[in-house]
Amino acid sequence: MTIPVAALLKKKEKFERDPELLPDDFRDEVFRLEEEGEWIVDRVPEPFVEAPTKYGRSKKVPIANLWHHKSCGQCGHIPGYSTSIFWVMRKLGMDYNDPRDQTSCTAWNYYASATSNAAAQAAVAMRNFAAAKETGYFPLIHCGTSYGHYKEVREELILHKELRGQVRDVLAKLGKPMVMPEEIVHYSEWFWAMRNEIAAKQVVNVDGIVATVHPACHYYKLVEGDAIYDPDVYGGQRTAIVTGLAEALGAEVRSYSTWFDCCGFGFRHILVQRDFTRSFATMRKIEVMKEEANPDVVLTHDTGCVTTLDKSQFAAQAHGRNVGVPVMSEAQFAALAMGAHPYRVCQLHWHSADYRPLLEKMGIDWEAAWTEFQEDLKRLERGEIEFLSWEDCDA
Amino acid sequence: MPATASALLKAPNVAGFDDVSYEAKERLFEQVKADLRFEDYLYGCYECGICVAVCPSARFYDFSPRRIAQAVAREDVELVYQQMEEDIWECSQCFSCVRCPRANNPGGIILIMREAAINNGMASAKQALEGYTRIIYKIMSTGTQVSPDMLQPDAFPDWGPEVKDVSDNLELWRRATPPETMHTTSMSWDVADRTLVELYLIWFETGALDMIKQVDEGLHMILEELMEERLEEMGIER
Repeated sequence: MTIPVAALLKKKEKFERDPELLPDDFRDEVFRLEEEGEWIVDRVPEPFVEAPTKYGRSKKVPIANLWHHKSCGQCGHIPGYSTSIFWVMRKLGMDYNDPRDQTSCTAWNYYASATSNAAAQAAVAMRNFAAAKETGYFPLIHCGTSYGHYKEVREELILHKELRGQVRDVLAKLGKPMVMPEEIVHYSEWFWAMRNEIAAKQVVNVDGIVATVHPACHYYKLVEGDAIYDPDVYGGQRTAIVTGLAEALGAEVRSYSTWFDCCGFGFRHILVQRDFTRSFATMRKIEVMKEEANPDVVLTHDTGCVTTLDKSQFAAQAHGRNVGVPVMSEAQFAALAMGAHPYRVCQLHWHSADYRPLLEKMGIDWEAAWTEFQEDLKRLERGEIEFLSWEDCDA
Repeated sequence: MPATASALLKAPNVAGFDDVSYEAKERLFEQVKADLRFEDYLYGCYECGICVAVCPSARFYDFSPRRIAQAVAREDVELVYQQMEEDIWECSQCFSCVRCPRANNPGGIILIMREAAINNGMASAKQALEGYTRIIYKIMSTGTQVSPDMLQPDAFPDWGPEVKDVSDNLELWRRATPPETMHTTSMSWDVADRTLVELYLIWFETGALDMIKQVDEGLHMILEELMEERLEEMGIER
C-alpha cells in the first residue's frame, strides 16, 4: 500500500515555525571561539542571499567569489556535473576559484571503511578551509557528503576543546591557521538562491517536463538545521532544495511516497556490495517514482545519488523491472535549460540511463550535438587543440 | 558468560568468527565508549522504531539500528561484540536514523564501532574491506576517492555498456572537459603536490595511517613508503 501523500500534504498545508522554539545559533559559538583565539572565522562575503532553514534560522548564501570545493565522484565519474556548476556560474558572470590546493573531504572513504578518525577528518576539513581563506575566495561545497561531513566536523570542533587542540597541532605542522567558515554552503543552495536569475537566462522551455526530486540524505538529515526550507515549497515541510529551482524553471515536480528514502548508495556498498545498492535504488526509488509520478527526469543534488540512481538501472532493466528514467543533477538540468551543450558541458555520454528521450522532449537535437562533439574529439586527436575550452563550449 | 547474555544472542560463532574472552569484549566496548563523540550520539531509546522504519539497510539485511542503540545503551558487552562482528558493516551511513526523537545518532555509534573494529583488526572489518583496499589506496595516496580510470567494465559490469565507452575513450574524453583541473585520469582532479604531502602528514600525525596496518599490512607498507618518500622529497619533517 502506498502512502497517501496528496492527502497528507493537504492536511498540513503550511507549517508555521514558532520563533520561541528557535534553537541556539551555532554561529554564536563559532564567533565566541574566534574571540577566544581558537580560530579565525571566514565571514560570508557580500553579496549574499538570506535563506530560510529548517528551524527558522536565516542562512547567508554567498553569490560570488567562491572557492569550489570539488567532489571526487562528480569530477571523476560525472564530469558534466562539476562542469555544469562552473558553466552556469560563468554564464551569470560570477568570478570563481577552481583550486588545485584542495583534497577530497575523504568522507566517502570514512563512511565506507572507517579507516580514519575524528582528528584526521577534522584536520582534512580545516586544511581545506585554510587553503580557501588564503585565496580570498569563500568555500562552496560541491558534494552533499562533504557538506554533511563538514557540518559534523564543525559540531565536533565546537563541542570538544581536546579535538581542536589536536587539529591545531597538526595544522601548525602544515603552517596553516585554524579557519572556520561562518556558513558551510552547498552548491545547490547557490542554485536555489540564484534560481530566478537562472530562469531569467533560460532559453529552453521545460514547461512540459515532469521531474521527480531525490533530496540527498547528507544534505538535509545530517546536521539538519543548515538545510534550506522555503515556506513556498512543500509548505516549508520538506527541504526546498532542487525542487525550488526546477519549479522556477517551469518544470512540473511530482511527489512520490518514498521521497524521504535514501538512494541506496551506502558508501562501501556502491563499490563492493552493489546487490544492496541496486535493489534499494530501483525497488524503493526508481520504480516507485515511475509508478506514482512517471517522471521524464530524476533530479538530485549529490554525487552518490546521481551515481546510484543512474547506474543501478541497467541491471534492473535486464530483469524486466519498471525502470528507465534519466538521472542528473539539477545543475545539469539548469545548464540545459540555459542552452548548455549536452556533451561539451553536461557530458551526458558519461551517464547510463537513456537521457535522449528527455532531450527530445526539451527540443534539444542530441544527434546534432553528438556530431559536434565528435568533431571536437577529432580536433583533439589531430592535436589542433589540447583541451576543450570554455569558449569551445559555446561555439 | 555474565547474566547480561540474553535470548537476543545468536551462537557466538554463528557468522564463522572466533569467539573471544569476555574481558577482550569488554576492552573493545571501553574503546567505543572512550570516543569523544560517544556521549553526543547516545541519549536513550524509546524503542519507537523510527530509526528502523527509515533505515535502508534494515529493508534488505537482518539489521536494526534500534537493536544497536539499545545494546550499546544497556552496555550489553556480549551483544555489542556480536554486532561488531556481524551487523555494523551493513549500515548505509545515510544518517536517516538521526530522525530519532531522543536525538540518538545510531549511524554515528556504528561509525565509532567500525573504527574500533578496524583498530583491533577484527575479522568483520577485514572481511568487509575485501575488495575495497584499492579504494583506500586511492584516497590516501591521491587525495581523491574515485578516479576516472577506475571505471573499468570488469569492475562495473552491472553499470551498462557506457562504462566500456568511458574506459575505451578515457584520455580523450577527459581532455574534452573544459575545467582545467579535470583533465586527469588517475585522480578526480589535479591535486597540487604540496597539497598532497600536507594530506600525507595528516594521515601520519593523526594515526589514520596506522589504522590501515590492522586490516592490511601490505597496503600499509606500500602507503607508508610512498608517503615518506614524498615527504622527504618536499623537505617536510614529521
